[in-house]
Amino acid sequence: MPLHIKRFIFWGLVMLFLLDSAAVYLSDSQGKVSSTLLTQSARDGKLLFQEHNCTACHQLYGLGGYMGPDLTNVISQPGKGESYAGSFIKYGTARMPDFHLTDTEVDALLAYLKSVDKTGNSPIRDFDIQYDGTIRTASKE
Amino acid sequence: MKKEIGLVFIFLALIALVLGLFWGCAGAFQFVFPGFFDAVPFYKTRPLHVSFVISWIVLSAIGGIYYYLNTHFRIPLFSRRMAVVHAWIFGISAALICACYLYGKFGGREYWEFPAVLAIPVFISWFLFGFNYFKTIAKKTGTWPVYLWMWGTGICFFLFTFSESYLWLFPYFRNNIVRDLTVQWKAAGALVGSWNMLVYGTALFVMEKIKGDKQMARSKLAFLMFFLGLANLMFGWAHHLYIVPTAPWIRYLSYAISMSELLIFAKLIWNWRKGLGSIRRGFYFLPYRFLIASDVWIFLNLTLALFISIPAVNVFTHGTHITVAHAMGSAIGINTMILLSSALLIIGEATGYSFSERQKKTINAGFWITNISLFFFCLFLILAGIEKGRLVIENKLSFQDIMLHINPWLISFAFAGLGLFTGLLLVTFHPLLAVAHYLRKKPATVILENSIANS
Ligand code: HEC
Repeated sequence: MPLHIKRFIFWGLVMLFLLDSAAVYLSDSQGKVSSTLLTQSARDGKLLFQEHNCTACHQLYGLGGYMGPDLTNVISQPGKGESYAGSFIKYGTARMPDFHLTDTEVDALLAYLKSVDKTGNSPIRDFDIQYDGTIRTASKE
Repeated sequence: MKKEIGLVFIFLALIALVLGLFWGCAGAFQFVFPGFFDAVPFYKTRPLHVSFVISWIVLSAIGGIYYYLNTHFRIPLFSRRMAVVHAWIFGISAALICACYLYGKFGGREYWEFPAVLAIPVFISWFLFGFNYFKTIAKKTGTWPVYLWMWGTGICFFLFTFSESYLWLFPYFRNNIVRDLTVQWKAAGALVGSWNMLVYGTALFVMEKIKGDKQMARSKLAFLMFFLGLANLMFGWAHHLYIVPTAPWIRYLSYAISMSELLIFAKLIWNWRKGLGSIRRGFYFLPYRFLIASDVWIFLNLTLALFISIPAVNVFTHGTHITVAHAMGSAIGINTMILLSSALLIIGEATGYSFSERQKKTINAGFWITNISLFFFCLFLILAGIEKGRLVIENKLSFQDIMLHINPWLISFAFAGLGLFTGLLLVTFHPLLAVAHYLRKKPATVILENSIANS
């Protein structure tokens, strides 16, 4: 393969990649719900989630560790909710460490989880399989 | 003449591998036996494990590249001192990162859980590596074999995606949950793709060396495969994100690209059949062994990857241990086998050390224990994953009950992990001693021994 063709394909791919990256950076979530964290508390909560490495054991949208449950919808799942989640975060369990968080920190984490909950569903249980191997789901209103 | 700087990296890499395996076993047992080894809890052992094994992969690939440039292309490194600085920065930041994990100071995310400031030295070390690499190969005349392209691409993409994985520092990204998650996994997917470029380039180099066939890495086909792989690195990452409510085009594009890997797959089967039965002995016997093993694992892993890239399958397997099986299969089966092959080749050559029959037997035993353990390791993960995926979608049991249900598979998985650890210890023990010996000696004795070994 001559060098100029190699260069053409290579740089062509790089250009496409840059365009694709820009499009991804500008894209927002599907559906009507904006996924922007509006309150300061939720924003703090997100950073606390990182600082305590909650992802080592928990997933959001199926991404993260495997020891604990997926937390995407812990706020809205039947039988769970804010005070349920709050008591886990505050005291830990035999398997989940107690991080000795202050009440403000617990509230921040809950505010964050509340915002996450509004963006969608995980795991997805309601779906139709399409002929091309893709699935169709109802997005959260 | 100075000692080969590549060997320093290989030495650090082998140590990282052993430590990574140790923390991996600790984490696996903590996962199934709560309370096990409480001194360092699971949320610390997990990032320790991940960081050490990533270090193994990148350090051994980097060590190989430094070494091959210097010895095989006979192009002296643009700056040896820069490579030494690279090694020091890497070592110091690794020590700081470990300390952060052990003291529970996090702040980052998957793969880079350490506080964000530590990303700066990591970035600088890669920048130095890239600068040195391009300045060095600029001196090479004639057609570049495909692996030189792959290594260069891998380095550039590492720098790009590593920076991209820190876009969350900007509120525009951080404060939008879905956008942030999308960019995070775009970066993470491409990041793995970028070190795969380093590793697959190494595999091609080692193959060329063993076969003595210089055309293979310059052929049209080699370049077509490279471009296809590059397209996958660039656009194939969104299979992590099928269930995240991103814009739909992101998911469709990725699905289409992931399926193009079928071409690679078909080609592999074809080559594999042709290559059967041509086992070479002699000097390259050990490297060859490990390379063949990686071939088998590529085959198994791609089968799994293709399946779980189909959205209708992914919806069941996503977030289950099947993803882990895929990650471990490629990190150990493919990357580690290739990199061990390269490391054995380099150690044999550079240190002039030839393994005694007994040592070869140990390595051989380790080879088999590793591969057999890995097979069961992945199998148990897949079985646990299938069960979990089914039970989650069925939604009748609580999370705790689901975990109880799959615990027997996970316990078996932890023991298979112990097997892996044992196997890889047997493989790395003598090579590690050989490199340590080489690095401890004064340069003059090394040259003398080398010339004796080569004569
Ligand atoms: C070492 C692993 C680990 C870490 C780290 C961890 N958790 Fe947990 N968490 C668990 C486990 C396991 C459970 C399930 C309860 C059980 O089995 O003990 C759980 C349960 C929960 C629950 C209840 C979920 C439900 O659906 O029942 C919430 C909420 C939660 N964790 C939040 C957090 C937050 C926030 C953090 C970070 C500050 C965190 N966890 C860190 C392991 C962990």
